[in-house]
Amino acid sequence: MSRRFDLAVIGAGPAGAHAAMAAAEAGVDCIVLDEAEAAGGQVYRAPVAKPSKLKSETVEGDRLRADLRYSGARLAFGRRVWLIERGFVIHAVSQGGRERLEAEKLILATGTTERVIPFPGWTTPGVIGLAATTILLKSQATLPGRRTLVAGCGPLLTAVAAGILDLGGEVVAVLDRAPRSRWLKALPRLASHPDLLGRGIGWWAKLLRARVPVLHDSDIGEVTAVDDGLVVKTKGGEPFACDAVAVGHGLTPSTDITRLLGVGHRFAPELGGWVPEQDAFGRTNVDGLLVCGDGAGVRGAAAAALAGRLAALAVARDLGRIDQARFEAEASAIQAALTKAGRFGGAMAAMTAPRADDVFGLAPDTIVCRCEDVNRGQIERAIEDGADTIDQLKAWTRAGMGPCQGRMCGEAVAGLLARHVGGRETVGLWTGRPPLRPVAVADLAVDIAYENIPIPKAAPL
Amino acid sequence: MSRFDAIVVGGGIMGCTTALWLARGGMRTALIERDAIARSASGVNAGTLTLHMTRAALVPYALEGWRLWAAAATWLGHDVGVVTTPGLCLAFTEAEATLLEQRSAVRREQGAPIDVITPDRARDIEPGLGGSLKLAAHSPIDGHVPAYLTGLAYKRALAEADCTLLERQPVTAIDRLAEGFRVHAGKAVVETKRLVLASGVWLEPLLALLNLSLPIKTLINQLVVLERLPPVMRTVITIASGLLSLKQFTNGTVLIGGGWQGKGDRETGETTIIPENLIGNVQLAAHAVPALRGGRILRSWAGFEAETADAMPIVGPVPGIANAYVIGSVHSGYTSAPFMGRLLADHMLGRDAVMPLFPMDRLLIGTEQGVVA
Repeated sequence: MSRRFDLAVIGAGPAGAHAAMAAAEAGVDCIVLDEAEAAGGQVYRAPVAKPSKLKSETVEGDRLRADLRYSGARLAFGRRVWLIERGFVIHAVSQGGRERLEAEKLILATGTTERVIPFPGWTTPGVIGLAATTILLKSQATLPGRRTLVAGCGPLLTAVAAGILDLGGEVVAVLDRAPRSRWLKALPRLASHPDLLGRGIGWWAKLLRARVPVLHDSDIGEVTAVDDGLVVKTKGGEPFACDAVAVGHGLTPSTDITRLLGVGHRFAPELGGWVPEQDAFGRTNVDGLLVCGDGAGVRGAAAAALAGRLAALAVARDLGRIDQARFEAEASAIQAALTKAGRFGGAMAAMTAPRADDVFGLAPDTIVCRCEDVNRGQIERAIEDGADTIDQLKAWTRAGMGPCQGRMCGEAVAGLLARHVGGRETVGLWTGRPPLRPVAVADLAVDIAYENIPIPKAAPL
Repeated sequence: MSRFDAIVVGGGIMGCTTALWLARGGMRTALIERDAIARSASGVNAGTLTLHMTRAALVPYALEGWRLWAAAATWLGHDVGVVTTPGLCLAFTEAEATLLEQRSAVRREQGAPIDVITPDRARDIEPGLGGSLKLAAHSPIDGHVPAYLTGLAYKRALAEADCTLLERQPVTAIDRLAEGFRVHAGKAVVETKRLVLASGVWLEPLLALLNLSLPIKTLINQLVVLERLPPVMRTVITIASGLLSLKQFTNGTVLIGGGWQGKGDRETGETTIIPENLIGNVQLAAHAVPALRGGRILRSWAGFEAETADAMPIVGPVPGIANAYVIGSVHSGYTSAPFMGRLLADHMLGRDAVMPLFPMDRLLIGTEQGVVA
């Protein structure tokens, strides 16, 4: 099966959904693909079952899903995109089998990957990501444990802690890497979005009412498994007993596809790390390829929706579906709103920006790559042996070679190498290769007769 | 300016081994590499040690190469994780069975210990083989190397042999001196009496720097790795046509290769996967070992392989240019590579050659020396 569209959008979070809707409004023949079974992305993730108590995010998500459904854009959910060729040819697998579709333009709205700075015990069962916890809470209405310790940095800390309380769980403590002063300093920028600021204050208030201890300028020192759960020691040595830990240190833009397709990137810690180079509308150096949303630089859901619309407008203009006057009129209105939304989202992202010294304090025996069980000592030894690029370091240690293909450990490994070679810009990014996500052999190798396998002619004898 | 007895350009396994033996033989040696050693073709290939895919005329060389790989810890001084296992070459159709019998017979004549066996016997050796097997060939001495680790072992060995290593220094010009050569490599300018070009698919542009025209075709071989699986196979599996190589490493990952082509550019070094070829390659692998259907594909990539017009190697002196040598374009060369390097080094050190070299004269077209193919 192969069909050609004007535009394919990868990802149906706020950025991708709005890009698809705006494109359809402008008369662009558009398809949007997402790995999930419904639109919404991470922030508006659709609940599996009807929640007993409707939250504002669910309401907003339901509205987004309804708007998208009637937008005229073709929707393809449950699609795992595993390879994209320039031009563009998109290869996906789903329960229906293998799919291939073509599109003249491509908008990537693939969001972020959670960053977790390793610490002793971070791979212990019961320790999960902050963003991962939001999936449990929003989608499954499930608690990570009976007594959860929440740690890391950024707005997800309070969102997750409040979400756990909402579902009747206990939050043992919140360890916030940021000193209280950093939140106060961010306030003026946050005030640009009173509704979102209000939501944040609501979360704080909930924690206060539940008398949850909130430790600022604090982080996890170590997690150990004990008979009846986990013991978390803060970096200051204070112990907390719990049975689950939700920890995250910010979000990193997903560059899997942009790396694969040869887009240029720049290192922008205030936007979450490496981001694709783009113009004001999201166009990259690869002809016809645009990026938007947190995957193009972390600025939050409100900004993502607007950036998605802007990218779609640029596509409609480039395809000649709208004239310059309409493009300019609509684009300038969106850009004004985007600047405002970006101020809020940017302040939030800045709270979680990766710091050069994040990983300097890791002990030699702390696991860095959990897929391949590579610890810091092994990484440092390979660097001493002369591994001075991120790809060489991977080859000699296997860090980043496992099922996650470096999505979990990439930041930490790069940070360790950066110390020796003069910074993250010098370290660069791991080479992007397909598949974009692990893909089952059974999904690709459909049962066909041996004679129908297109084997090339025999090699010379 | 540094002056060496010998400079080797190209840090793949052939270049590294040549440099290592020259240095150990007493020559002041430097190795120049455009990237990092054993990171291009030699670092990303399937690491298959097999006689089933070796060109018949190269079997004696591959046997020696296999022995060197198997004893790498001894002569290289560092373990490279070589695993020796039997190898099975499979035929799933009558046509492939005919091909298998013919090819096995020719390779056996050349000294490869290959026997044609029944499907039942093949399943005794490898119980997980797929259903439509018609015939198989068995070699007791195949094996594999984790190619991505060999660079580290060679780096250590070269340092111990006092070989100067210039990495990330692409050669842009070669001046011929009254005696020897001046090589411009990135920021370095170095002189040498002897020059060895061991630059794989980049032999063609490097030979051009010496005003020699020798076309080198670039094959772009795709590879696919599956995530760790419980043990599903223990041999190295190939097929009669040579279009499959399949092995499970000790860590459980499974590597699928066989020379299905991708896209790529020698100039930029970039490669792109052709999805249809990845799918075909994986279908073939899953046909050979159905248990692979339970696995997930983690990653695919492609590596360059150099091929001359007659798909035979060039190893030996460069005609008409004293003290210049070339080594490369060895079909399925990973198995033979350490031996080829040692063979050339022995020749350069004036030692008796244990096997003939592969003169390049046959391939040269219209050179300043007037040598014509």
